[in-house]
Amino acid sequence: MVMQHLDGNMLAGPLSEVFAVEPTTALRRCPHCRLVSSLAQLHVYGPQPGITARCPGCSAIALRMARHPGALWLQLGGSEGAFRFPLAE
Amino acid sequence: MNTLSPGFHGHTRPRSDRLPPGQYPTEQFPVLSAGPTPEVPTSTWEFTLTGTEGERLRTWDWAGFGDLPQEEPTVDIHCVTRWTKWDTSWRGVSVDVLLEGVDTSASHVMAESYGGYTTNLPLADLTGGRAWIVHTFDGLPLPPEHGGPARLLVPHLYFWKSAKWVSGLRLLDRDEPGFWESVGYHMYGDPWREQRNRSD
Amino acid sequence: MHGHWYFARLAARREENATARTLLFDVEKWPGHLPGQHVDVRLTADDGYQAIRSYSLAAPAEGDRLELGVQPVEGGEVSPYLAEQLPLDAYVEVRGPLGGWFVWRGERTEPVLLLGGGSGIVPLRAMVRARRSSAARSPFLLLYALRSPAERWYAEELRPGADADGVRTRLLYSREAPAEEPRPAGRLTAADLAGAAEVEGGPPLCYVCGPTGFVEHAAGLLVAAGVPPGRVRTERFG
Repeated sequence: MVMQHLDGNMLAGPLSEVFAVEPTTALRRCPHCRLVSSLAQLHVYGPQPGITARCPGCSAIALRMARHPGALWLQLGGSEGAFRFPLAE
Repeated sequence: MNTLSPGFHGHTRPRSDRLPPGQYPTEQFPVLSAGPTPEVPTSTWEFTLTGTEGERLRTWDWAGFGDLPQEEPTVDIHCVTRWTKWDTSWRGVSVDVLLEGVDTSASHVMAESYGGYTTNLPLADLTGGRAWIVHTFDGLPLPPEHGGPARLLVPHLYFWKSAKWVSGLRLLDRDEPGFWESVGYHMYGDPWREQRNRSD
Repeated sequence: MHGHWYFARLAARREENATARTLLFDVEKWPGHLPGQHVDVRLTADDGYQAIRSYSLAAPAEGDRLELGVQPVEGGEVSPYLAEQLPLDAYVEVRGPLGGWFVWRGERTEPVLLLGGGSGIVPLRAMVRARRSSAARSPFLLLYALRSPAERWYAEELRPGADADGVRTRLLYSREAPAEEPRPAGRLTAADLAGAAEVEGGPPLCYVCGPTGFVEHAAGLLVAAGVPPGRVRTERFG
């Protein structure tokens, strides 16, 4: 059982908890390899134990998130300092 | 709405003294990953012990690592995604051997991996015969998708602490969150106390 | 509200083949959706345990009705339950409609190539249906890769050949083909996509859906055939 990546399309549901608009058509330029891609085109690993979305060109991390009871933790970019969104169950 | 998904129970979770709360046993060995599987040839593999100031304390190459005394732990492993696998057998080097004679005031350790993964642990949890760097699973070389050439094995904590593709241990003066800990997973991760996330 | 969970009542279940099922749900005040979009389905156990999985919508919006395609995964936690156990008139929760990238918008006029592997046919079938019921006359080519006739979905609706609406369909069997099928069973090859990039009004907008390995392979062949990578939209499932 080899772990294979999914597309950023699957981020639509998890991100709908914190975004007011459909986010997967949003474009981003990778700071490492300069490839421009939509959120939907990112390579996604997960969803368990958390979601890691990477640039389809160079695999640099674009976003990480994990859903816990009462909170969604969202890290934009490949660094530290995640946002913790309190959410109802 | 009293008929929400009636009859749904998820994986059957039997009661057993060997099963931490909320876990179910599996015969499979699921692969969870946060990125592409790194290709690490044993010809270039290195394992580094780094001090609290960033200084390289010790480094082993593959041959040197093989010359260290080897142990063969058989242990139960518990994944935070709720599967438990009983009686997994491994071969590798006790972390006690790697730390032998190191004089440090460090309280914690960051395990670091090829591919960028990290996870934090108290130094005390890596000593006393409770943690290994393993390279063999079930008598065969550890497959890359399970962390080969070598991974950390700390079976008394949730399995995300057992970093795949481990490249070294960095000593810390204080606890810092690793890859999953920084998005809300528990800093310690004891499966028997169901320490899955920060508020637990 | 975006991200809102709706109650969905199972109105009917249809057998597509020996294992695949179509589930028809009724969802009050469903806001509608676009062909290619998906929903998240949430199941709740008596002890509060919850599981969430994504499922493609198999048909265009039609009032409060949602049509999902479910291929049970052996040993899976959710799909075997949905395929066989969830009783009629019982409820699950759904969140959606989700996704804005892997969708076909009827107002677009460029040619379209749909390439589905296995149950990856589900969202593409919604696009074919939308195309047939719309005034759009953009050329549509559906390539449906499947292992054997026994694993075919939508057999009545997606027949090989060109239909009156200008939708062409080809079935590409990988393991076992029916006797009348001239193409021998085998993996998708460059020959199957010959001319794909050079259709009139092209290159086509390509939608590729299926298991990760299939999508990697198929998307690679499309680009090798001359389709610009920016024209290839993919949806992989595990």
